Amino acid sequence: MTAEHASARLIEGYARGGTDLAADEVWAVEAHLEACRVCRDRLSATVGAEVPAVASLVDTVWSGLEPLLAVTATMPRGRRRPARWLTPTTAPWPAMVVGVTLSALLLDLAGTGFGEVSLVLLVAPVLPVLGVAASWSRGLDPAYELTVSAPRAGLPLVLRRTASVLGAVVPALLAGGWATGVSAAQWLLPCLAFTAATLALGGAVGVTRAAAVLAAVWAAVIVAPTLATSRTAAALQTGGLPAWGLLLVLGVGVVIARRDAYSVLGAHR
Amino acid sequence: MTTGKEHRMTSAASAADLAPTAYAWEIRATGLKVRAGRRRMAVDGLDLALGTGVHGLLGPNGAGKTTLIRALATVLRPAGGTLELLGESAGGRSGHRALRRRIGYLPQEFGYYRRFTVREFVEYMAWLKEVPKAEVPAAVQRAVERVGLADRADERMKALSGGMVRRVGIAQAIVNDPVILLLDEPTAGLDPAQRLRLRKLLQELGTDTCVVVSTHLVEDVAAACTDVVLLDEGRLVFQGTPDDLAAAGGPGHMGDSPLERGYSALLRGPGRERGAW
Repeated sequence: MTAEHASARLIEGYARGGTDLAADEVWAVEAHLEACRVCRDRLSATVGAEVPAVASLVDTVWSGLEPLLAVTATMPRGRRRPARWLTPTTAPWPAMVVGVTLSALLLDLAGTGFGEVSLVLLVAPVLPVLGVAASWSRGLDPAYELTVSAPRAGLPLVLRRTASVLGAVVPALLAGGWATGVSAAQWLLPCLAFTAATLALGGAVGVTRAAAVLAAVWAAVIVAPTLATSRTAAALQTGGLPAWGLLLVLGVGVVIARRDAYSVLGAHR
Repeated sequence: MTTGKEHRMTSAASAADLAPTAYAWEIRATGLKVRAGRRRMAVDGLDLALGTGVHGLLGPNGAGKTTLIRALATVLRPAGGTLELLGESAGGRSGHRALRRRIGYLPQEFGYYRRFTVREFVEYMAWLKEVPKAEVPAAVQRAVERVGLADRADERMKALSGGMVRRVGIAQAIVNDPVILLLDEPTAGLDPAQRLRLRKLLQELGTDTCVVVSTHLVEDVAAACTDVVLLDEGRLVFQGTPDDLAAAGGPGHMGDSPLERGYSALLRGPGRERGAW
């Protein structure tokens, strides 16, 4: 920049203690020095060359500081940023979910399945629920109480974690569904509906408990009859989609209405 | 005047620091009731007013100390009465986002992520507390230095001793420069030298912060606190200086120090039935 810099006379006068400068000049030089690296460098050159008393004082201060600075760890550069989307303890869960999907897929492809029923279709809706439970659960997140007490706690954080779980699980399911020829529409809506229902119920009884209840209901109402009769349950065929849509809307509605529940410790222990 | 990438000098006092406060007490409770679990009323009709300083929260186990601190941290909603924090009502159903940014909280069971380094954990907490992004590195460094962990800042938390983990807990509580600092049993797991250091830190913080420390160690209170709050069965039994507490006890009361005698005198008043313990 071509802005004005302090004159050599001012810098020199300041280096000698400012006694032969007017008070307003000292003030102006000081204010300029705070903001101008060029003039600071000129000042230090002047001090080193012409004012040995100040130079030795600076050296003494530095030699006192150096041992302290040596033991103080400085911030390492280019560190990885801590997880903003998932807590470290949750990370294994989406991985497990992807693993389950893959094994269901393998079983499907190997043809050891149950007649016309696709295993991927059977497990898809409940898998994200497990991940969601892990990401917002008192038992699985050691820093749960700290997290809940933070300003950022509440629905946005819950949704952020849910989104990251779905972000890991849905692509795996999509790939599995594509490989086995199950249409995405058949499982995606139940999958989202179950996730919303877990959060909605979780606001009242705790997300872990909600996930356990819903998974049990799923196993009893859908999985068991399907395996027993070897044909896809009616709820999972296209005719069931409006019902799943309704459940999804209901779940989302309850979550929004009860959004305060996610920033307090529930009565459930 | 400026050249290229110079840092702008920040003034030491911001407008927020200089603004007059709109409240008389940082913490004010009248007839406060807070439930622990579904049925038990752990805090039952508590009247309390706390200003700047270090307040020691004393009481036997089950007196309602932790429940009270959780209510002050706004993670438990009051079941009755009023609670005002920094002039804002902490009842209601809102998330108290702005209020929480000015509160620091160390829970009794301090859970942490074992694979995080000290710096990463405190940084993560600073993010959760919505500390402005540009200020996070400096705030983290300052908090870690204040609890004396600057030389271990880049070690993983699983490599730390119990006392050090506790200090990380204190660092995360002060990382947002809180106006109300709530510490639930911060001295648990600290060795005597560390406890002395913590007391000094508390005194330092207490000059401009409302610090509430729950403890069951009477000597912590004598050394670090400007004010003692004695709770029993969810009610306020006594509030005053440590000297007042000592004066309440006589030679006939149980205890090895004047404070302990005062403590047992106030808790075992006439007409109280208690077990042998």
